Amino acid sequence: MTQAYTFLENVVLSDMAFEAKGDTPAELFQAAAQALFEGMANTRRLRPRIRKEIRLRNTQIDQLMYDWLSELIYLKDKEGLLFREFSVELSQNSEWNLTATVRGERIDPKRHSLRSDAKAVTYHQFEVVQTETGGWKARVVVDI
Amino acid sequence: MKTNKITDCIWEIPPTEKEGMRVPARIYATDKLLKEMDDGVFEQITNVACLPGIQRYALCMPDGHWGYGFPIGGVAAFSTRDGVISPGGIGFDINCGMRLIRTDLTLADVKPRLRDLLNLLFNKVPAGVGAKGFVKIDKKELAEVMTRGVNWCIKKGYGWAQDRDRIEGGGCLPGGDPSHVSHQAVERGIGQLGTLGSGNHYLEIQVASMENVYDEKLARAVGIFGQDQVVVMVHCGSRGFGHQIGTDYLRLFDTAMKKYGMTVKDRQLSCAPFRSPEGQAYYSAMVCAANMAFANRQVITHRIREAFSQIFNEDAERLGLETIYDVAHNVAKIETYDIEGKPTELLVHRKGSTRCFGPSRSEVPTLYRDWGQPVIVGGSMETGSYLCLGTGKAEAETFGSTMHGSGRTMSRHAAKRMIRGTDLQRRMEEHGILVKAVSMSGLAEEAGAAYKDISDVVDTMDAAGISKKIVQLKPIGNIKG
Repeated sequence: MTQAYTFLENVVLSDMAFEAKGDTPAELFQAAAQALFEGMANTRRLRPRIRKEIRLRNTQIDQLMYDWLSELIYLKDKEGLLFREFSVELSQNSEWNLTATVRGERIDPKRHSLRSDAKAVTYHQFEVVQTETGGWKARVVVDI
Repeated sequence: MKTNKITDCIWEIPPTEKEGMRVPARIYATDKLLKEMDDGVFEQITNVACLPGIQRYALCMPDGHWGYGFPIGGVAAFSTRDGVISPGGIGFDINCGMRLIRTDLTLADVKPRLRDLLNLLFNKVPAGVGAKGFVKIDKKELAEVMTRGVNWCIKKGYGWAQDRDRIEGGGCLPGGDPSHVSHQAVERGIGQLGTLGSGNHYLEIQVASMENVYDEKLARAVGIFGQDQVVVMVHCGSRGFGHQIGTDYLRLFDTAMKKYGMTVKDRQLSCAPFRSPEGQAYYSAMVCAANMAFANRQVITHRIREAFSQIFNEDAERLGLETIYDVAHNVAKIETYDIEGKPTELLVHRKGSTRCFGPSRSEVPTLYRDWGQPVIVGGSMETGSYLCLGTGKAEAETFGSTMHGSGRTMSRHAAKRMIRGTDLQRRMEEHGILVKAVSMSGLAEEAGAAYKDISDVVDTMDAAGISKKIVQLKPIGNIKG
């Protein structure tokens, strides 16, 4: 499967930056979540044992992305979880509605090849845009 | 961008260089350090100079590098009457800071037991992603930590009464209001009291040797006798609790600015008038996070005392494990300065910058009032750190502020490409530094070559008369997340 995100090496000195892509907004949100957790651990070592449902909405898609990634960071700390599977549905009426099922397991330093701990999503160079070809991309910098 | 040399250590960008600058920007740096600074520093510090209510200068310390909104190493003071408060001027890790603990032990005492000591500390002070703290508290007690800080710890037996005199602000800033802290912040932080974090956070065992003591009298005044004395340094902050508060209020201010007709040149500089309901809410939540961080470093100190006591089979008091000092380097404080001949209350933002008050200033604890406030400056795990003292000149020039560390020069990816964590660990052991790390990739990211030379940074502020170097501390053991 083609990786839908790229870590950006020259954007930040001390933190994590990535660009995620998707043909649809839902794919974009999945890709961004994958990048976030790949920055924290080798996600191939995670088992999809625990399931969480997330519902969010916002009039702005970039704010929705901010809230989506922030919610995942919150769950990581609140419940000690790392996620590897993200199934996102996005629809738009008067606002964007996100419904997602995410799967992962409790953090285990012995098995999970831990990397950096995400503190927060920043607004630094933050963008969620539709491309000329109709796809979607996002640039995110995460404070670690 | 035009940068004028004011002195050998001070550079100034005039307000004419960017539309909207209300004051000049000043950077403390030697020629060498200035040349090494990334372009983002100049861009960001001049953006800060545009914020409403800013006084005198937007400042950057010699360890400056670009950050979010403010550069790391950024200092800016605002009128509390008509100025702003900006989460970007404090950072997500509210009250990330440093604590230094002295001992009566020497290298000869500790070296034979160093590996055992490190292993025990590694167990007692959890670090890394997902680490859970040993302190079990409920929401009611967490609210008490938010408002009482280190006082709560001492009441619970996690510290000595005299610790509080040796912490900035007594380990408890006034004005914390838990009602302005979200449930998400509470839920993120409630299980993390007593954890180190990851990234550039650490617990380090260091040695103060006589050849690295620059002023023996001042060193003794703060508890350093040198002669290969062992000390312990802790670098960590408010953990997920503070990070969530930063997230919550950055998001709130991003939309609240419209209400006040404000715009900023960088979204990460989102702010609100300090006197507005939003500004006051954030300030009181920030104080809660600052108090959590002081409490976090206090309970970690308690675990350090337990570990030393167990390894050396002696009470921590008899081993002399006193706190020398504890400083915040990501915080906003209300302080009074002379502005146009009048004592004026200002909100001083320090983002990767440390308070360094001189002798006689009332905020300096009585036991240090003759000498100045101790300033703990953390270097990379390969090069070591410094203990300095604040000066009266700092109050006059930099709103009582100096550097916080050495500052990164290399990205995390570049550092990992340069060296593997296991190779770095082996190399450091060959040089006499034992390292225990939760994440090997995280360790590689913290290689010494990824940072500026801390001596250059410290010497700059010593030469400028802002903070006086007292002793350089060399690492022998390190724990990282």
